[in-house]
Amino acid sequence: MDAITITNLTKNYNELTAVNGINFSVRQGEIFGLLGPNGAGKTTTLMMLSTLLKPTSGSATVNGFDVTAKPGEVRSSIGMVFQDPSSDELLSGYENLKLHALLYNLPLNIINKKIDEVLGLVDLQKRKNDMVRTYSGGMRRRMEIARGLLHAPKILFLDEPTLGLDPQTREHIWDYIMSLAKNTGMTIVVTTHYMEEADHLCNRVAIIDHGKIVALDSPDNLKRALGGDIVLLKGDSLNTEAIKKLSFVKAVEKQGVFTQISVVDSAKNLPELLRTAGEVTYVQSHSPDLNDVFLYYTGKEIREEEGSGMENMRAMTRARQAK
Amino acid sequence: MNLRKILKGIYAIWYREFKVFTKEKIRVISSVFMPLFWYFVFGGGMGSITKPDMNYQHFIFPGFLAMLVIFSGIFNGAYIVWDRKIDFLKEVLIAPLSRTTIFLGKVVGCMTDALLQAFILLIIGIFLGIPFTPLNVLLTVIMLIGLAIALVSFGLIIGSFMESPEGYAIISGFVVYPLFLLSGALYPLDKLPLWLKILTRIDPASYAVDGLRSAILGASAMPYLPNLLVVFGFDAALIAVGTWAFNKMKL
Repeated sequence: MDAITITNLTKNYNELTAVNGINFSVRQGEIFGLLGPNGAGKTTTLMMLSTLLKPTSGSATVNGFDVTAKPGEVRSSIGMVFQDPSSDELLSGYENLKLHALLYNLPLNIINKKIDEVLGLVDLQKRKNDMVRTYSGGMRRRMEIARGLLHAPKILFLDEPTLGLDPQTREHIWDYIMSLAKNTGMTIVVTTHYMEEADHLCNRVAIIDHGKIVALDSPDNLKRALGGDIVLLKGDSLNTEAIKKLSFVKAVEKQGVFTQISVVDSAKNLPELLRTAGEVTYVQSHSPDLNDVFLYYTGKEIREEEGSGMENMRAMTRARQAK
Repeated sequence: MNLRKILKGIYAIWYREFKVFTKEKIRVISSVFMPLFWYFVFGGGMGSITKPDMNYQHFIFPGFLAMLVIFSGIFNGAYIVWDRKIDFLKEVLIAPLSRTTIFLGKVVGCMTDALLQAFILLIIGIFLGIPFTPLNVLLTVIMLIGLAIALVSFGLIIGSFMESPEGYAIISGFVVYPLFLLSGALYPLDKLPLWLKILTRIDPASYAVDGLRSAILGASAMPYLPNLLVVFGFDAALIAVGTWAFNKMKL
């Protein structure tokens, strides 16, 4: 049995279609990545899978339970780490976790032991009696991840677990998630902006854009499917039409000041490409990464959206206002 | 859904509300001093303009109890707007509990502050010679709980439709002032014009105030029990509406 199966799942907000008839399943015990630009429908999908939003049409089962017919059973099976902080900052870490344990009906005599266990997992035992208000962003996120694990869910949802954190903390959090998946066999569904992370963490990724799944496979397969290397060229009068006619060129796309070209075996074919291109002022070639895959399917560079801290804040404000 | 799980859920939400309450020192302080302030300053002032043969401070005592519960009940309901703003509510709503359980947990949690204030005033009353017996204290407490459930439910229902605390303050003002002024907390209702009298009959607080007077002073328009039943009837209806509101609530 798959951990999650999604059939024609759709969510409309008035005239806006946030999720448009998506279909996929998540296997038991895998780390599944959901990638997409802001507003692509990632969070909406997670909200429907966790029963906080009712689908407009279509259906989904989580741990074998239908999200509309058996919301209680679904909620007992899952843990969720929300994109925005959702702990009470006037309570201590311990108190937040105790509240969670009570909400999930954990036996009273094991609550303290369990809390220490999950806090150990995220290295927060020493700060457990401090108010969450005094935590750094990374600590708070770690506490919320610990909270999501407290009731030992079958399936853990992580919505942008590393957004806005410094690289070191990001790495820590991913280490926890990886060891968790390995040690517990828990199924993990994660949305992220960071392609490199998705690349080396996820068993499979789905790329979602405008509410539709545009690609779904393992990161390696997706990269291979691009069928070649990526060459970036810059020049004032590139001969794009001639480039397109070359037999080893698979795709040509304008990317800001650059022209991006998918090339089979660039080591061999680059000289001929340059001869055809005309006057070139800059050239760069690399094997495709998940960013290229993302760009290929969505026509957007996800890196741009990461941008500066300021841009992240604006994106988050927009997301809030959209509620 | 077993009872143990439901009670634990209610306890969980109460636990959180209570921890937050105790950490906001200013709320604790105001809960202690508000009753003193109203009794001595307002009660003393109004008492000085009423007939000397009637002890206004005694007459108004049940009204003050009701008033504290009305205002702090509505005030505590506002926290639901804040919970939603800081996304804390998602954590609660995603837990495997029914919306009714969550609503009841919020009601019990928010009631704590209101009842604490009322208890402080009750203790003051004992020292000021209000004729208390163990039985009428018990009846008073039951009535106050009934009233608190109604008011907190009002607050939570309004709060679950409001986007901002400012909006909540405006709308709750429209509810709380008529509710309070028509409750008979400050003046007797029997001499009011007919149209106002009719309005007082749909105000749950008027039954609570009358019931409190019956319990504490032994003088009221209606006996204690019918008043209590009406208040509990309002409670049941408001809890049903509250469950519906929590289901409709946008996150």
